[in-house]
Amino acid sequence: MSLLIANGRVLDPASGFDGEGFVAVRSGRIESVDANRPAGTFDEVLDARGQWVMPGVVDLAARFREPGASHKATFKSETRAAQAAGITAITIPPDTQPPIATPAVVDRIRGIADRTGGLDVYLLGALTQNLAGESLAEMSALRQSGCVGVSNAAAGLRDSLVGRRALDYAQGLGLTVHVFAQNPALANRGCAHEGPVATRLGLAPIPVAAEVSAIRFWISLVEDTGAAVHFGRLSTARGVEMVGSAQRLGLPVTADVAAHQLFLTADDLAGFNAMCHVLPPLRSAEDRDALRAGVRQGIVGAVCSDHQPHEADAKINPFPLTEPGISGLETLLPLMLQMVEDGVIGPIQMAERLALGPARVLGIAAGSLTPGARANVVVLDPARPFDLRREDWISAGRNTPFLGRRMPGRARFTLHAGEVVYRSGDSH
Amino acid sequence: MTPSLQLDQHGRLRHLLTMDGLPRQLVTDILDRAAQLAQATTGPDKKLPNLRGRTVVNLFFEASTRTRSTFEVAAKRLSADVINLQVASSSTAKGETLLDTLKTMESMQADLFVIRHDASGAAHFFAEHAAPGVAILNAGDGRHAHPTQGLLDLYTIRAHKGAPENLRVAIVGDVLHSRVARSDIHGLRILGCKDIRVVAPPTLVPAGIEQMGVRVFHELDAGLDGVDVVMLLRLQTERMLGAFLPSLGEFHRDFGLTRERLARLKPDAVVMHPGPINRGVEIAGELAYDARSLILDQVANGIWVRMAVMDMILGSDSPGADPT
Repeated sequence: MSLLIANGRVLDPASGFDGEGFVAVRSGRIESVDANRPAGTFDEVLDARGQWVMPGVVDLAARFREPGASHKATFKSETRAAQAAGITAITIPPDTQPPIATPAVVDRIRGIADRTGGLDVYLLGALTQNLAGESLAEMSALRQSGCVGVSNAAAGLRDSLVGRRALDYAQGLGLTVHVFAQNPALANRGCAHEGPVATRLGLAPIPVAAEVSAIRFWISLVEDTGAAVHFGRLSTARGVEMVGSAQRLGLPVTADVAAHQLFLTADDLAGFNAMCHVLPPLRSAEDRDALRAGVRQGIVGAVCSDHQPHEADAKINPFPLTEPGISGLETLLPLMLQMVEDGVIGPIQMAERLALGPARVLGIAAGSLTPGARANVVVLDPARPFDLRREDWISAGRNTPFLGRRMPGRARFTLHAGEVVYRSGDSH
Repeated sequence: MTPSLQLDQHGRLRHLLTMDGLPRQLVTDILDRAAQLAQATTGPDKKLPNLRGRTVVNLFFEASTRTRSTFEVAAKRLSADVINLQVASSSTAKGETLLDTLKTMESMQADLFVIRHDASGAAHFFAEHAAPGVAILNAGDGRHAHPTQGLLDLYTIRAHKGAPENLRVAIVGDVLHSRVARSDIHGLRILGCKDIRVVAPPTLVPAGIEQMGVRVFHELDAGLDGVDVVMLLRLQTERMLGAFLPSLGEFHRDFGLTRERLARLKPDAVVMHPGPINRGVEIAGELAYDARSLILDQVANGIWVRMAVMDMILGSDSPGADPT
């Protein structure tokens, strides 16, 4: 199987190549990227005139709900949604049911992923046994079975000493610890950003310090140990600032943000909109702007979907009783195109934050168009605005606050290991 | 907040969910209607025919006797049929259960649900899912709103102190957890009150409350200086457990209304409390029925105000009665 993507604007964050050209794919790998048409014949030529060609999106956090919650979504339903959204690799946090705390669970999920196919699936193993925060998970075994990092997801730790020991232990294995920075005591089962909106609506608040104190704590441990920590799903300006200053000191810390945090704020909770019930909560406009600036400057080196599909009933309740989370796969790329349209980042930066940046966090060979690399590629239409409609939605989780919103563009073709796994329905 | 959900296209009351965003004229109309109803039911026959044949369901997911009985009395005085349902605390119940409860009761042809629930936003939730023509009256949702309490407090202030425009009002105590405080603040703002203070230790003041149009005081004497109305809030006595307060005694010493503090108020200042009071906590026991306490007036006024709201939602000039 060979394929030539012709005449598109090629964006390769690894080489810095940004220009019109040809991407040749053969036997599942990138063969060449060149401004001129390469010699040889191809089974198929994709005309990418007016389109952008970039490495497939690497998503740092997506829940596919298997095992444990297949009434919400399945690998089958969510893989299709990911492919249609230009996502070629996803990372599953360890809070499945049962959690990814043993090689058996890793094998089980890998089995489901392999049977589904068409998507690279990476797993984060548990940091502590059953995510209970008491004792260390068998991180070495988890690494051997293929986990690319470890995390305690949103679950807390018994005490700071467990955190210190877990970090030390993970470092010895060369595993990055993915931290969801939220102090559970300060978050206190709240459901909204502490501030005027939560006060007016009478919603239990989550203070900024819930995130900031957790980041400070982990950075202190990094200072002592030199271990690598990735902060997932930042939500505050102070959080960005702290990660930035740690990076300037040369500490091995990285961060990502969920795409919806770059657009929504606590004001979107008005009328108790349960679709905007997320953790960490949507915060102030100043926080959102700082997150955007963090993405531009690269302090926040990756943008993810934080995909959390839910069945309809999960959101049919008074706001505090609804389950948090947004079904985000299908809005990740369109929202990043909006970031480009808003002038926050350039096209090549978009490709970097969506593909190479997250691949680096995971330590995987992905997110580039380097010859020889696995041909995970997305061809997208940057300037064909569309309204996000319910009938076009693919994920089993329809819990998105963006329905009806105009988006600047979307994926047109998605290649996974050289195969076209998605081709947009219409042909204009 | 979401006036479109509470009001129909002609600006009439469809549901009552929150004071937030109610037009001033509508608030005045409700208070005037309450005064008329009070007049009309002063005789030995306290019953009016306005809601004959209508069914009111008191759907309470939180324990309450006082509020529920005033709603019951109000509905009965308007000749409605009343069903009282006390549902076990719903905080662990699934969404389907809440929705199913509503739908089941709807199918019994209820016209109006009076709902109390411990989750903020519960009344909005029910209003969004109620069948057309079924009205929701919020009797308290979490920390969010208790609009009929807000209205009866306005009614009481208006009756004893006149229009609130030029009054100074202090709301004292656990503002953080209080839906009453939020509804009072919105109501007072709507009627043009320019000096609203909340007085509490910082642990009991929610962040950004200044944006609702109040000034925050952490010291009682300063907060009460020159006020015309003191509105005390009920303190849940288990608040020490959440590390909000060291002790009830310390709260009473710093924020409780004592005879000494009462004496320092303006001579015509009045004292209010939504009840039930914790004697010796928010207020010295001996002051509960002091001449300047309006606590019992509030209870009586609650009936007129709730009658007025029910009558405006369901009565002959309500949205439901509109031939168009």
